[in-house]
Amino acid sequence: MSSEPMIVFDGVEKRFGDNVVLSELDFTVRAGEHVTLIGPSGSGKTTILRLLMTLEKVNKGTIKVAGRYLSHMERRGKLVPADEKYSREVRKRIGMVFQQFNLFPNMTVRGNLIEGPTRVLGLSKDEANARAEDLLDLVGLRERIDEHPSRLSGGQQQRVAIARALAMRPDVLLLDEVTSALDPELVAGVLKLLRDIGESTDITILCVTHEMGFARDFSHRVMMFDGGRVIEDAPPDKLFTDPDHERTRSFLHAVLER
Amino acid sequence: MIWDWGYAIEILPALLRGLLVTLLATLLGSLLAFTLGLVFAVVRRNRVPVLDPLVRAFVEFWRSTPLLVQAFLIFYVLPGYGITLSPLTAGVLALGLHYACYTSEVYRAGIDAVPRGQWEAATALSLPRSRVWLGVVLPQAVPRVLPALGNYVISMFKEVPLLLAIGVVEVVTVAQQLTAQSFSPVEPLTLAGLLFLLISYPASLAVRRLERRVGVV
Amino acid sequence: MFDNLALIVGRLSEGLSTTVAAAVGGILLTVVFSLAAGLGMLSQVGVVRVVSRTYVEFFRGTSEIVQLFWIFFVLPALTGFRIVPLGAAILVLALNHGAYGGEIVRGAVQSVPRAQVEGAVALSLSPRDRMLRVILPQALVEMLPPFNNLFIQLLKSTSLLSLVVVAEITYIGQSLRANLPVAGQLTIYLVLLVMYLVLALLITAGMRWLERRAAARLGRTPRARTPGSRFQVGTAS
Repeated sequence: MSSEPMIVFDGVEKRFGDNVVLSELDFTVRAGEHVTLIGPSGSGKTTILRLLMTLEKVNKGTIKVAGRYLSHMERRGKLVPADEKYSREVRKRIGMVFQQFNLFPNMTVRGNLIEGPTRVLGLSKDEANARAEDLLDLVGLRERIDEHPSRLSGGQQQRVAIARALAMRPDVLLLDEVTSALDPELVAGVLKLLRDIGESTDITILCVTHEMGFARDFSHRVMMFDGGRVIEDAPPDKLFTDPDHERTRSFLHAVLER
Repeated sequence: MIWDWGYAIEILPALLRGLLVTLLATLLGSLLAFTLGLVFAVVRRNRVPVLDPLVRAFVEFWRSTPLLVQAFLIFYVLPGYGITLSPLTAGVLALGLHYACYTSEVYRAGIDAVPRGQWEAATALSLPRSRVWLGVVLPQAVPRVLPALGNYVISMFKEVPLLLAIGVVEVVTVAQQLTAQSFSPVEPLTLAGLLFLLISYPASLAVRRLERRVGVV
Repeated sequence: MFDNLALIVGRLSEGLSTTVAAAVGGILLTVVFSLAAGLGMLSQVGVVRVVSRTYVEFFRGTSEIVQLFWIFFVLPALTGFRIVPLGAAILVLALNHGAYGGEIVRGAVQSVPRAQVEGAVALSLSPRDRMLRVILPQALVEMLPPFNNLFIQLLKSTSLLSLVVVAEITYIGQSLRANLPVAGQLTIYLVLLVMYLVLALLITAGMRWLERRAAARLGRTPRARTPGSRFQVGTAS
C-alpha cells in the first residue's frame, strides 16, 4: 500500500433541495487502502459513493481520483464542472458493486462480464472472454457462465456483479451495502470473496456496510459518519474497541447489540 | 332482396385485392409508427434541448386531432410546396405520423419501467451512451410493450379505410365502387365488414395471449 | 392569408354546432352503452354476458367507417327506412365507442377491491344497492381517465361524418377547398386542427372536473397527472 493519495475529497458539499447531506467534507484515501464507512441511514455514506461514481454531482468542493479531478475539468487554468465525456474517462478507473446487483437481465453472465471490457476498454472478444473466465473461477461460478442472471441466487448474482466490476481492472472499487439485500446464509460467501480480493489485489476499496465484523477484519480505516460529517476516522481496532466520540459509541452499541 | 350469394361470391376476389392494399398500408404505416415513435421517445427521454419541447408539443397536438384532417393536409397541401405524393404514400405517411404519437408514449412507459439500477450499473461500467440504450435499456423496454404496440397495429388496420377520402383504393373503396356499379350496397359493405372482423378478432386474441406472457407495462 | 383566415374561420364555424352536437350526443349515448355493456359482461345471467361480450367484440373488431357506411347505405336498402343523418351518426359513434367503453367499465368495476364488495354483502345490501352505492362510485374514479381518452377519440371520429355528407366542420373544410390556393388550403386544415384541439381540451377540462368531484366524494384527491399520462396502455383495441 503506497502513500499516494488515490481519492481526495476537498470541501465537498452535497444538497438535495434544502436537505444538506454532506457539508465541508475533507478526506483522503491512499492507494491500496480499504476504508469502511459506517453510520446511521441518511448520514451521507452512500452519497459519497454515488458522487465518486458520478451518479450525483457536487454542489461545492472538488473530488480528485488518482491525481485527476473527477468532478471538474481544467479549462484554460480554471476549474469548470466536468462534462460527460471527461467524466467517463476518469470514471473508467472506478468500479461499483450495488446493493441490488443490477446485472443486465437481457444478457448472460458472460455477456455481462465482457460488455465493459469490449465496449469501453477496447479488448478483443477473446481477451474479454478469457478475463471473464478467470474472474468467474475466482468467484467460483465458472460453470454458470452461459446462464441468465435470473437463474442465479442473490448471492451468486452479487458474486457475478463483483466479477463484472473487477473485469474493468479498476483502481478503485466501491461497495454499496453489497450484502444488505441477501438472505443471511448467502452473506458469508460474498464477504469471504471480498476478503480474498482485498488480500490478493491492491485495489483501493471504499465500502459502505452494516456488517461490523467484516468491517473490522477487512479495513485499514473506518470512518464514522453522522449528519453529513466525519465524526471519527481511525483504524478498526481503535474505533471498535475504544472510540473517542460519544456518537460513535452509541451507534456501535446500538448496532452490535443485536 | 336481402342477400345474393352469387353476387357475393363474384365480388369477393375484388374485395380481397382491396384488402391486400389495406394490409399493405397497415404494414408500412406500422413500420413508420414504430420507428418514428421510438425516435420521439428517445429524444424526450434524453431531454435533447430544443427538440424535446417541440416533440412534446407536436405529439400532444397531433394525437388530439383527427387522422382524416391530417391525411387531407398531407395529400392536398404538400404538393403546393413541391412535394407530390401518391395517395398510398400520403396515406402511409399520415398513418405513421399519427400513430407515432401513440407509440412514443408506449415506448416511454416501457423505458420508464426499466429499473434505475440498470442505468446506474451501465454508468458504473462507463458504457457509452449508445450502448446504454441499445445494449441495456431498449432490450428490456421493448419486449414489455409489444402487446400495446400490437393493439395499435390492429387499430391502424381498422382506420385505413378513411384513406379512401384521398383516393387510396383499399377494401372499402372497392366496396363503394362495386355498390356504384350494382346499386346494391348490402353485399359489398357487409363482406368488407366481415373481412375486417375475420382479421382483427383473431389478431386481438393473439395480442391478449402475448399480454399474458409478457406482462403489461 | 389573413383576410382569408377570418373568412375561413367564419365559414368553418357554421359546422361547429353539428360537430359539437354529434360529439355531445355521441358521448352521452356512449356512456349509456358502456355501462350496459360493461355491467352486462359482469352479469350473473349467462345470456346477458354472451350478448354483451358479442356486442363488444363485434364493434371493436370492425372498422368504424364500415359501420358508418353500413348504417348510412345498407340499412336503408335493407329496411326501407330513411335515416336521420345526425341521429344515425350519433348512433354509430356510440355503438362503436360504447364497445370500448364497456371494457373500461368492466375493468374499473373489477378493480374495486374485493374487500369492498364483501363489506357490502356483509351489510346485506341488495345487488342493486351494492352496485350503485358501493362499487360504481369507487369504480368511477378509475374510469374517468380512460374515458377522457375515449371521448377525445369520439370527437376525432366526428370528422368521419364528412364522408357521409354530414355538414360538420371537416365537411365544410373540404367544400371550401376547391377555390383556394395552397396557402388557403393550408389555413383551412390548420384551423380545423386547432378547432378539434380546443374541443379536445374542453373535454379534458370537463373530465378533470368530474374526476375531482368523484374523488372528493370518496374523500380522496385525484392522482397527480404527469404530462402524457392521458395515455393509457391497453385501451386501444
